[in-house]
Amino acid sequence: MTTFTPLTPAEVLSTVAWAAAEETSLEILGHGSKRGIGRPLQTEHTLDLSKLSGVTLYEPAELVLSAKAGTPLADIERLLADNGQQFAFEPMDYGPLLGGEPGKGTIGGVLGANLSGPRRLKAGAARDHILGINVVSGRGEAFKSGGRVVKNVTGYDLSKLMANSWGTLAVFTDLTFKVLPAAETEVTLAVRGLLDDAACAAMALALGSSAEVSSAAHLPERIAARVAGGALGTEAATLLRVEGFGPSVDYRIAALKTLLGKAGPLDEITSETSKAIWRDIRDIRPFADGSGKPVWRVSMTPAQGHQMVLTLRMQAAVSAFYDWQGGLVWLRMEEGDPEAALLRGLLRKHGGGHATLVRAAPAHRAALPVFEPQAPALAALSQRLKQEFDPKNILNPGRMA
Amino acid sequence: MSGLAMPKPDAETLRRRSEIVADMRIIVPGEGVVDAANEMRAFESDGLTAYRQLPLVVVLPETVAQVSRVLKYCVDRNIRVVPRGSGTSLSGGALPLEDAVLLVMSRFNRILEIDFPDRIVVAQPGVTNLGITSAVEQEGFYYAPDPSSQIACSIGGNVAENSGGVHCLKYGLTANNVLGIEMVLMNGEVVRLGGGHLDAEGYDLLGVMTGSEGLLGVVTEVTVRILKKPETARALLIGFPTSEQGGQCVADIIGAGIIPGGMEMMDRPAIHAAEDFVHAGYPLDVEALLIVELDGPGVEVDHLITAVEAIAIANGSTTCRISQSEQERLSFWAGRKAAFPAVGRVSPDYYCMDGTIPRKELPRVLAGMRELSEKYGLGVANVFHAGDGNLHPLILYDANVPGELDKAESFGADILRLCVKVGGVLTGEHGVGVEKRDLMPEMFNQVDLDQQMRVKCAFDPNHLLNPGKVFPQLRRCAELGRMHVHRGQVAFPDIPRF
Repeated sequence: MTTFTPLTPAEVLSTVAWAAAEETSLEILGHGSKRGIGRPLQTEHTLDLSKLSGVTLYEPAELVLSAKAGTPLADIERLLADNGQQFAFEPMDYGPLLGGEPGKGTIGGVLGANLSGPRRLKAGAARDHILGINVVSGRGEAFKSGGRVVKNVTGYDLSKLMANSWGTLAVFTDLTFKVLPAAETEVTLAVRGLLDDAACAAMALALGSSAEVSSAAHLPERIAARVAGGALGTEAATLLRVEGFGPSVDYRIAALKTLLGKAGPLDEITSETSKAIWRDIRDIRPFADGSGKPVWRVSMTPAQGHQMVLTLRMQAAVSAFYDWQGGLVWLRMEEGDPEAALLRGLLRKHGGGHATLVRAAPAHRAALPVFEPQAPALAALSQRLKQEFDPKNILNPGRMA
Repeated sequence: MSGLAMPKPDAETLRRRSEIVADMRIIVPGEGVVDAANEMRAFESDGLTAYRQLPLVVVLPETVAQVSRVLKYCVDRNIRVVPRGSGTSLSGGALPLEDAVLLVMSRFNRILEIDFPDRIVVAQPGVTNLGITSAVEQEGFYYAPDPSSQIACSIGGNVAENSGGVHCLKYGLTANNVLGIEMVLMNGEVVRLGGGHLDAEGYDLLGVMTGSEGLLGVVTEVTVRILKKPETARALLIGFPTSEQGGQCVADIIGAGIIPGGMEMMDRPAIHAAEDFVHAGYPLDVEALLIVELDGPGVEVDHLITAVEAIAIANGSTTCRISQSEQERLSFWAGRKAAFPAVGRVSPDYYCMDGTIPRKELPRVLAGMRELSEKYGLGVANVFHAGDGNLHPLILYDANVPGELDKAESFGADILRLCVKVGGVLTGEHGVGVEKRDLMPEMFNQVDLDQQMRVKCAFDPNHLLNPGKVFPQLRRCAELGRMHVHRGQVAFPDIPRF
């Protein structure tokens, strides 16, 4: 068991080429902030990319940034903030949920896990902002895809193929992302005291208006108290974030108040508290309880989310809250059993989607498919792709199995 | 047709043509099979009209089962297939092959579902881009990507090409607005990717399929996100004495944190051609003309108009008009939207290029284009999606003058080489197709191209689907499959430790 800590892309290449030749497996690691997600690995060696670090290109006027794969996300976000910019897709931090330190994670992990946040609804995920990559495949071949410009349809978009591949297709060495101006200000409108179904109706109404709502989440009673240091109190809160230039935000908040005046009591939450609330929703703080209770991340058609949860509650004790207009359901299984078959069965009955077991004991992660199983033809296609890029199965073997 | 090498037709397939046509008639009964040369003529080329070829047979299926059966039939008999939507590709993506079934998806023309609360439309692939907006606009919604061919181009074709348009700076490309597809693989298997939910459970195959130019699968259903129409839109029409100043103005607008709904630039030849054609009131004494459109609530648009005007003045604009009415806004756009036909009036033929460059390289690339224009003795007019660096140089030539088409193609290739040299790419939104196929090595080395072919091998190992497009040279999958590194060949006496 050796840990390789390459300092250059060339050293990554020689390590992977060596492992391919020896047919010996590697765990691909950045900061390890998401190490607890996926089937537990049993690799012979570890490839630690945390020293392959540094921003290699940042041109704010061109809206582009490149960095080596092990560059801390926190460093990049600070650099962007200093220039009034951001990753619009708002990459989340799994650290608090998984019992790790907050603020860890590398830019490589952002793409590998296809991270996003509450703004996913409007701005997309990492997959929507990646422009180009340099990687080393499991064959020990270094290659590039994409470029540094936004409009690019030259060849297949292998950068997107790498999104959500969890280190199983290739090892990233350099990544280029689109960056965008940060909003001048933000305000969140909270509708209070709604039950899940009324909350989802209110969110759909708001998203269907021209108020350009950038995030919409529903925190049921009691869960609302677990964000932003209790700033919301315990009453259920249906939250609508509006971002942009000051006069525009004021106008759109006023429009939403008119639209939702009859839905329930309204609170207007100003910038700093609003930011704290959305950061905590993004990082699943309500379930970052230090417990090992299983937590699911379920992506489905927005209107179906609360209905699925309602049915699930009849058969299992769960806590739930909703992001993405109700289409992202975070579930904590209160009795310790992940109930994978039950949940996935209900998911199929409610329009489909995918459920990922993001927190669970290693025994559960070894016994259950952590990622949503695919239909046979699609699973076979994914397996053929894996075979093309990592035929010896040396990169994070079995993690997505 | 200039000297483009296409895959050698398979003699056995050509010999069995009548049998294949008869079998196609069994799979797709009724009017769905066209085999008479005069009737197939309508399908012999797409938007890249310099290339023409009659297909083996044209098949227009109506159901997913028919698509699946056609592909299964072809894969079992090693017959090539070229998929086609509306045939508006500007890169020859739907160019037929002599020995290939042309699979035309135009009868898949129904909207299957409209879900306003979830802002989703499910459409068959033959529905036009504008057809989606038409289906939802009575409720104030629209589908954001707006390629200029949107009245005719199909949503399935948009997926194949990852189509863009004027508004993609703010609202994204097709890849950012498609939530799911159903497709049929070359082996006849039906696969669903995504749907009403966001992101993929495994590898992002939807992301790979978008922009794959019909080489990986045949799309049979598309789920897209629709958006509420912005309350208002207003535009500024800004003229500059130099393209450098125009380019700096674009950089400063973005630097100020403003992402306009659209930001277009035209150079002097394009301005003059457009003004002569539609009399939009464009200034004729400027080198660069910028149209900046801002959309959103009225109060936001007014706020940003003032900010952009100040930036324009600071960059030495000599003229700056602000639209005071919807009619005036549309008049600003009239010239830009008519730029292609306008250029078509001043030149017998034109050849439209599609490179993307880092915006700051615009002056250098325009200067390089002027030099190339002199070298080749052909004129060039430029329209430019300024916000995202996507150039559309229009090379002016006369196909009736012997050698001019070849000269125009060489000129175009040199422009694209220049784009790559300054950090840009060969194609921003039109696709590689056959047109830029042989330029791929300008951007990718053989190892890079091999990886793209590996994707192809996972989807279509026998290279039956749309061969001759995208890749300059298709390598056999078995050959690609060999490991380049074999035990013992790489000298690692010690385990490397860094």
